[in-house]
Amino acid sequence: MLFTSYSFIIFILYYTIPKGLQWVLLLAASYLFYSLMSIKFLFYILFTTITTYFIGIKIGELHNIHSNYLADHKASLSREEKKSYRAFMKSRLWKWLLVCLLLNFGLLVIAKYTNFTIENINGILELIGSSKRLTFWNIALPMGISFYTFKTMSYIIDVYRGKYPPEKNIFKFALFVSYFPQLIQGPISRFDDLSETLFTEHSFDRKNLNFGLQRIMWGFFKKLVIADRMLVAVNTIIRDPEAYQGIFVFLGMLFYTYQLYADFTGGIDITIGISEVLGIKVRENFERPYFSKSITEFWRRWHITMGTWFKDYLFYPLSVWKPMLNFAKFSRNKFGNNFGKKLPVYLTTLIVWFTTGLWHGANWNFIAWGLTNGIVIIISLECKPFYNWFHNKFKVGGTFGFRLFQIIRTTLLMSAIRLFDLYRDVPMTLRMFGTIFTKPNIHMLFNGSLANLGLSLSDYFILLLGFVVLLIVSLVQRTGSVRGKIAESNMVVGYALNYALIIAILIFGAYGIGYDANQFIYNQF
Amino acid sequence: METLLEILQELHEDIDFETHERLVDDKVLDSFDIITLVTEINEEFDIAIPAEEIIPENFNSAKALYAMIERLSDY
Repeated sequence: MLFTSYSFIIFILYYTIPKGLQWVLLLAASYLFYSLMSIKFLFYILFTTITTYFIGIKIGELHNIHSNYLADHKASLSREEKKSYRAFMKSRLWKWLLVCLLLNFGLLVIAKYTNFTIENINGILELIGSSKRLTFWNIALPMGISFYTFKTMSYIIDVYRGKYPPEKNIFKFALFVSYFPQLIQGPISRFDDLSETLFTEHSFDRKNLNFGLQRIMWGFFKKLVIADRMLVAVNTIIRDPEAYQGIFVFLGMLFYTYQLYADFTGGIDITIGISEVLGIKVRENFERPYFSKSITEFWRRWHITMGTWFKDYLFYPLSVWKPMLNFAKFSRNKFGNNFGKKLPVYLTTLIVWFTTGLWHGANWNFIAWGLTNGIVIIISLECKPFYNWFHNKFKVGGTFGFRLFQIIRTTLLMSAIRLFDLYRDVPMTLRMFGTIFTKPNIHMLFNGSLANLGLSLSDYFILLLGFVVLLIVSLVQRTGSVRGKIAESNMVVGYALNYALIIAILIFGAYGIGYDANQFIYNQF
Repeated sequence: METLLEILQELHEDIDFETHERLVDDKVLDSFDIITLVTEINEEFDIAIPAEEIIPENFNSAKALYAMIERLSDY
């Protein structure tokens, strides 16, 4: 409860100090929070904050010089001269951006991927028969580094693109980087979005408090009642792959989907809820992802801030990168207008998914997970003519039954791909996935084995009930905010629902493992 | 404008691009469509659409797209 109990102290202070100091309090609280995790981590976050801040200022100055020069010489410069000046300035801006990207992604790569690289080099050395081995580096991965590096790099790219001017106040910028509720598992906010409410003065607002607390409670319900309970069964299944095969792999896959959903969306609910109490608006990270009808739609609705990051800062820039455009031309000449046109898009898709996998962790299983996502997306794009033919022929497109089929198909597909994440070992994942078909052993569902997964009958019942509650909330959410509806409803109903939620968390929360912020699944990325 | 409409129509035959004003917001155009569009516009109009111009405001309607093309051709 470390994270939230800490927030409650901040809530009280936040609304008692002068409003102009609210953001200063948040900055102090964020740094204290981070130092409590480990004082060593401070070096990394300070490095990113300072380098990005100063390079941002430098890029801002170059933008000013650029626009002032063009404005002053508007009449005297020819079109060609303006063009060459723009190109000259662009290359200067680009150099500064590159320095910033190299420094910060460099630090991320060193901290996160050095041992993975050493492991692979050692593997190659063994393969070629050498007895030489590199020693692993003893380095702790700074908490939240993937999240705050992505946040700051989106800032510097936006400043480079002239989307907004750089932040002049280094302390405000430091707060943007370190804002504690989203430091450890996102969402990956954009500067222009978060800064709208992060630095402004906030008066105490009853509605914000109510809504924020409800959201925090809802997050805890998902995390403590569902995710931490489900975790027990998931761990039992993956820790003994010889005993749990076939139908248990299938069950483990569904259980993990349920656990990860409750864990990650619950964590984000808590982050957004804390921010809401503080009057700060944090962008949503999920939009009922398991109602998606295709895998591309799923990725538009799951971990949205990460997906849009990769789209805006990798997919599009890579697609319009000159060598890629040249490749597009070559590909069209070589493979014709149809496949030749698609090939560069597919190549970019695979690069983006490879990187997305790698972002999740320094391990081949994440890379396999990412690439499988990319391949499935490409296959579904290639199947478009077939889908069109099917829909023209059978006219089932809009029916409830077909939509349900699409939703179940997408869920199963995503769950199956996530087995890579579950077993953390590529050959093992493939072998276990195979057992679903080669030795399904469905009879084991009925011989009492389910009771050996560490969950009692009442646990299963709570999980089922939790599923129904989540489903109902998602269904209601389709037509607007659930909390808004509760606020508008009869006061008795509102109170009853709030108390039911609190009681459910207190009684059915799985507190066995000394819960704190370290234990959210997405912290490790 | 006509060339642009032809390019758009080739992507989605069933959409009225002359009147639609929420192509990205309503998810008519996904990221794959956008990249195909960018490549074709680049070639057809002899411009280079940079990544920073790939924002919903520029791709929500044929009119917005055309305004961007004119701006970039002028550049």
